[in-house]
Amino acid sequence: MKNNSNTINDLHVKTGVDINRCYQCGKCTAGCVLADEMDLSPNYIIRLLQTDTSDNFDKVLRSKAIWLCLNCENCVGRCPMEIDIPKVMDYMRELSFQQKKQHQAAHSIIAFHESFLDSIKYTGHLYELGMIADFKSRTFHLMQDVKLAPKMWLRGKLNLLPEMVKDIHAIKAIFSRTQNKRKNL
Amino acid sequence: MSKIGVFICHCGENISGTVDCEKVATELSKVEGVAYSTDYKYMCSDPGQTLIKEAIKTHHLTGVVVGSCSPRMHEVTFRKACAEAGLNPYMCEIANLREHCSWVHEKGEATTEKAISLVTMLVEKVKKNKPLTSIQVPITKKALVIGGGIAGIQASLDIANCGHQVILIEKDPSIGGHMSQLSETFPTLDCSQCILTPRMVEVAQHPNITLYTYAELEKVEGSIGNFQATIRLKAKSVDPKLCTACGLCSSKCPQKKIPSEFNAGLGTRTAIYVPFPQAVPNKPVIDKEHCNYYQKGKCQVCQKNCPTGAIEFDKPDELITEAVGAIVVTTGFNVLGTDFFPEYGYGKYKDVITGLQFERLASASGPTLGEIRRPSDGQIPKKIVFIACAGSRDPAKGIPYCSKICCMYTAKHAMLYQHKVHEGESYVFYMDIRAGGKNYEEFVRRAIEEDGVNYVRGRVARVYEKNGKLIVKGVDTLLAGAQVEIEADMVVLATAGVSNQGAEQLAQKMHISYDPYKFFAEAHPKLKPVETNTAGIFLAGACQAPKDIPDTVGTASGAAVKVACLFSQAQLIREPLIAVVNRSGPPSFSTCVGCFMCETACPYHAIEREEIKNRNGEVLKVVAKVNPGLCQGCGTCVAFCRSKSIDIQGYSNEEMYAEVMSLFNN
Amino acid sequence: MNIGFYPGCSLKGSSKEYNESVLALGKALDIEFEEIKDWNCCGASSAHALSKELSLSLPARVLALAEQQGLKEIVVPCAACYNRLSTTQYELAQNEELREEIAKIIDMSYKGGVKILNVLQLLQRFASDVIESKVVKPFSHQVACYYGCLLVRPHKILQFDQVENPQIMDLLMSKIGATPIDWAFKTECCGGGFSVSRTDIVSKLSGNLLKDAVDRGAKAIIVACPMCHSNLDMRRPEINEYLNANIEVPVLYITQAIGLALGLSPEALGLERHFVPVSLI
Repeated sequence: MKNNSNTINDLHVKTGVDINRCYQCGKCTAGCVLADEMDLSPNYIIRLLQTDTSDNFDKVLRSKAIWLCLNCENCVGRCPMEIDIPKVMDYMRELSFQQKKQHQAAHSIIAFHESFLDSIKYTGHLYELGMIADFKSRTFHLMQDVKLAPKMWLRGKLNLLPEMVKDIHAIKAIFSRTQNKRKNL
Repeated sequence: MSKIGVFICHCGENISGTVDCEKVATELSKVEGVAYSTDYKYMCSDPGQTLIKEAIKTHHLTGVVVGSCSPRMHEVTFRKACAEAGLNPYMCEIANLREHCSWVHEKGEATTEKAISLVTMLVEKVKKNKPLTSIQVPITKKALVIGGGIAGIQASLDIANCGHQVILIEKDPSIGGHMSQLSETFPTLDCSQCILTPRMVEVAQHPNITLYTYAELEKVEGSIGNFQATIRLKAKSVDPKLCTACGLCSSKCPQKKIPSEFNAGLGTRTAIYVPFPQAVPNKPVIDKEHCNYYQKGKCQVCQKNCPTGAIEFDKPDELITEAVGAIVVTTGFNVLGTDFFPEYGYGKYKDVITGLQFERLASASGPTLGEIRRPSDGQIPKKIVFIACAGSRDPAKGIPYCSKICCMYTAKHAMLYQHKVHEGESYVFYMDIRAGGKNYEEFVRRAIEEDGVNYVRGRVARVYEKNGKLIVKGVDTLLAGAQVEIEADMVVLATAGVSNQGAEQLAQKMHISYDPYKFFAEAHPKLKPVETNTAGIFLAGACQAPKDIPDTVGTASGAAVKVACLFSQAQLIREPLIAVVNRSGPPSFSTCVGCFMCETACPYHAIEREEIKNRNGEVLKVVAKVNPGLCQGCGTCVAFCRSKSIDIQGYSNEEMYAEVMSLFNN
Repeated sequence: MNIGFYPGCSLKGSSKEYNESVLALGKALDIEFEEIKDWNCCGASSAHALSKELSLSLPARVLALAEQQGLKEIVVPCAACYNRLSTTQYELAQNEELREEIAKIIDMSYKGGVKILNVLQLLQRFASDVIESKVVKPFSHQVACYYGCLLVRPHKILQFDQVENPQIMDLLMSKIGATPIDWAFKTECCGGGFSVSRTDIVSKLSGNLLKDAVDRGAKAIIVACPMCHSNLDMRRPEINEYLNANIEVPVLYITQAIGLALGLSPEALGLERHFVPVSLI
């Protein structure tokens, strides 16, 4: 079964997490508020990674679970071995996105993230209207929250125009410098 | 004039396979001071030893060097042979040609050269050796056993039955320990008190055992065979000679709500109390911290009602000193409380209890007379969740070790519950089942197969209370991480076994080592489980590590044998390889200047101060003196001594220097 | 008392009332806030979901700006921003190589010495001792103090309050006359950033916690995080649909609750911006 794909080693080097310590007690899954939505439970994900095979690593990259994790840190807070599962999730998400292996069902979640980051890239802040427009164009959920917008407007919670960071070049530079790492296949 | 005999062993092929033994013997015969040099196939064998003995007599040898296996194997053998031939055994040294030479190198000239160097080094050392005699230390044939649980009881009985005097001290008002709190024991489901109380009575009545309860060790001085133990006999406020244990005092005592230690906090007791009905001795004591008289100066109802006038207030603690030859430490362990667990409610949910508290519920002498009832409302629980590994195997909480007994007692608890509440449902959340003892695995299978206990492989993330029920959020990892939620009436945590309160202070009083978890340290984890590194102090039971009853009784008897072995000798014979402070005639008496750096350095507290007096009794000088009974010959003092006044017999500075310098002079 | 201030995107947009109440309460307690000049978004959950470097660089720029401005301490009312800034500071403190790499990416000097406070720590320091005496309208209701997941975890980094049953918000509320209830979802996640992309999950998670609080008698939910507030307040119709109920219990920021008790007007505290009307005062 082992084909020494170096998963565990790489993971340890890039995130500092030693998944060999996990003894599969399941406390993480027991306390995870999203576990019943996930296709692979958190402890199962760690087990797949522990097998150190490229097949199982791929299974995790292609899973829905990694995109559902909200980093609420309930798991690592209770884990007897203090295994930083949210960090592992972040790592897997980044790779999954880079390698274009994201699960179909996670499409809207990822679309949201991309829209959010786009907003920051162009304005330095979260410009809600722009972000929602971006999101709708990616997901075609055109009618989503359409009734909500005027209610927010009436309560003064919706800015029509973005508030730009003055040194927007600095923000753009940050994005381009980290872009190379992001597209690193 | 040295006349040293050199004997090179082939050790079968172990040494001769890589070392040219003949050549070694031949080269050594050329060394100045060597009167006889030979080689032989098996030096440790009978003919081999005879060879050495004959050579000693024929050639009038003044010293012997054997080139053989490690001295840890046969130093004793060869020294004994020399003694039998009339040569002082400490004039015999071993050159390790096996572990240090033939086993770690390839065959060749260099290996043989090394062997020659090794033997030559020892020859140069032996030239400087002096004859030494074993040390004899007197032994007080009385043992002190600290802790009156099953380990202490077993050890005391064993030592007493060997005909020796035993003093057993116990800090609680009664002996019995945790075993007396159990309802039934695994794997037989024997009633715990039924098998324990006969032993407790035996201890109380044994002519060789002096039992002091409500007593603690104050301090210990001395060394193996000659300890002076000062024991504090806490004031009981009740004269046991007058008391008839009628119980009137407790029934009248107004302080009724003190949490009972015996019932693990689930029941209450009075300020004047006997901890449990089968207590030995069955006499009450007054708990000064909760007594109205001692705290506020009022009441004394017990004294007014006592028909025999046995209550005596304001008696001070008594300090007694006993001379003992050996000490056995059997102080036992403790369990973590539920307040240790943030995710299980920080101790505030009344129906989340520890395994020990469950024992008290199940126990016929417990607060609910053996019925399993919820502490919150007294109802019989219909669903109980048992959580294994609550605190153990949890580095995040600071306890990485396994507490060994919890898998077994959890199975037992679930079984007891099912036996008492037939329609009850029980769940055990576990990670692994550790059931390695005799009949243990079968016991756990019985719980699952016959008693219908539901075992779920996974841990519980949290427990919270809602509408009088305890919501348990767990997981079944064998179902690929399916979450399991149970609305339980009671949750029992198999909490970790930890060291007893005051363990660290006790260890420091006795100068025995302990580990980071305050469990006392054995001298060797495999080969010396009942000895400590301090000569004369032995260990048994759970104070060394969490243990079940069979192992506890086993180690207790083991410790007892060690004590009996010590006492079986008329005197304690020790190897003379110890430190000695030089002494000479007046006016200096010793090169020791009395700085006592050695005293600070000595890990065994073996350095004493000796006053050198003139004939009028005036003190001329205070110098260091080594207690031959305590010194272990480690040499730390020698390294510290600025005036080179202290040296190790058998490993003196001169001998070691000669050994090392021989390498350069070759 | 001068202290740095990092509002973050939510306080300037969809959670304006939080900003208003923090500033109004600050004024009442004589706290002077100095906003970080030209601050940027911290990246929230989207940055760390897609790019480690980006998720560290954006907060690092904010902290570097604070350093540049000479601020020794900053208060971060948004729990998500607080968590991201603190995590970034911790990670960069542990790893010198990473710190240098991020400093290059943001092209600013970064020392990492700014002290980061959440709103509860701010209140602990400036309000805790004085509010009892300043109360004019006791907030005498049963409340559920909801901390959310990001204020207390990871404990190793934040070192704030107790992880399983935090008490600081409860203590503050009892000082203004409220009765904080003991409930089971104090730190369970509300659904966080899924408000737009997976509103169904928000309905479920926030719905479950709202139900528990209400079942136990809470008349108001007190929060200290704009995402939690938004999920419990703005998404109430979805929650009510999921629960098949009509729960009208309002959600207030801790600063609003204290502000009300101190006699500040509901308008000053932004209460009219809420979706679920706050009618209990």
